[in-house]
Amino acid sequence: MSEDKKIPAASVGSSSDSPFKSSSMERRGFFKWLSLGWLAFAGATGGFFTVMIRFLFPNVLFEPPQTFKIGFPDDYSTNAVDISYKKQFNVWVVRDDETIFALSTTCTHLGCTPNWLQTEGKFKCPCHGSGFRMTGINFEGPAPRPLERYKVSIANDGRILVDKTKSFKWEKGEWENPESYLTV
Amino acid sequence: MAKDDKQKSFLEQLGESQVWKSIIRSGVPRTRRQRMHAILGSVFLHLHPARLPKHAVKVGYTWCMGGLSFFLFVLLTITGILLMFYYRPTVEYAYTDIIDLTEQVPLGMMRELHRWAAHAMVLIVWLHMLRVFMTGSYKPPREFNWGVGVLLMTMTLFLSFTGYLLPWDQLAIWAVTVGTNMARAHPFIGHEGPGASLLAIGDINLVHMGSDVRFALLGGRFVGEATLLRFYVLHCIAVPFIMMIFLAIHFWRIRKDGGISGPL
Repeated sequence: MSEDKKIPAASVGSSSDSPFKSSSMERRGFFKWLSLGWLAFAGATGGFFTVMIRFLFPNVLFEPPQTFKIGFPDDYSTNAVDISYKKQFNVWVVRDDETIFALSTTCTHLGCTPNWLQTEGKFKCPCHGSGFRMTGINFEGPAPRPLERYKVSIANDGRILVDKTKSFKWEKGEWENPESYLTV
Repeated sequence: MAKDDKQKSFLEQLGESQVWKSIIRSGVPRTRRQRMHAILGSVFLHLHPARLPKHAVKVGYTWCMGGLSFFLFVLLTITGILLMFYYRPTVEYAYTDIIDLTEQVPLGMMRELHRWAAHAMVLIVWLHMLRVFMTGSYKPPREFNWGVGVLLMTMTLFLSFTGYLLPWDQLAIWAVTVGTNMARAHPFIGHEGPGASLLAIGDINLVHMGSDVRFALLGGRFVGEATLLRFYVLHCIAVPFIMMIFLAIHFWRIRKDGGISGPL
């Protein structure tokens, strides 16, 4: 502001012929730029927070793959639980009289990993004592629902392909879905 | 100490020296006003009231729980920084470094101090809340500070939870597995929570095992190497940093809301 526009402080805003009146366009321009500045600041801040949230979700995981092959159907004996993929992939491969299915090793109570007890014919969770039948149906302890099953299919080379991104829940009737088991 | 006009005592000389005045800002305080200025002029003391009401030192009323909580926070910060000189947050070294800290590192007690102080802090923060509740000290004008206190307690519990994973033993891994599974059930942002299935485009779920809040917390689909590093950073840097800001607000508001509450 130029020097000649100096006025006594007391008259600011109180007089209708204030010298500030002549600069009303400047004021409007000032507020326009001020709003724009604030909008830009808010946008940049919001954008950075979005980037921060996105940063927490990694693109590459150093974990075993969600989809993997577990050998041929004939590798599995009838009415048996195969525990050889438990440690690496967190699945049990179970074969009963007619089907082969892949059971999740995650307890449906609080997410611990049960153990397959061969002599008692059940999965038993060491954390809170939940028990599951060979089928994955819960029958004792605090687990509220059966173990989940994963999608199984036969790959082009004849081996069984397990896809852990698709799971099937008994309580939703999804075990009827033909993708949840292989007929042998 | 007897003194005459000519000879000033060492303490008096010190109090008038430029070094003293440059650090403390005022000379040796002699009047009430000067004492008050000495408090207000110090960055460490200025959060405190310049003068205390008599009831503020009644331990039977306050239980000194707030002060003890802060003492434990300071103790945990110091011992925690010391532990960081030895501890490496990797799957390969984490467990053995903790064994090393208790069995080989000189005095072997920093880890125990940190662990027991952490347990004590959780207990004492709860007792602090109980005392504030029982004495009605949450009532206006202190209701905002109650809210700040609830945030501080939540952060205390979260620090306790994140620190629990760092020894990387079976207890830690499964406790955190169980604990973080609760995040699955968070409304909308947990993949098993209510409303999560609504966030979908056609058949594609936006919130699933690999994109929900638990995934962000763990840095993966299960408790693993990424989780250990994440919890380490949260435990040592992120949460203490936020907590210190809220501690300053908490102490400042005690003073601004009329000082420490007293018996009515």
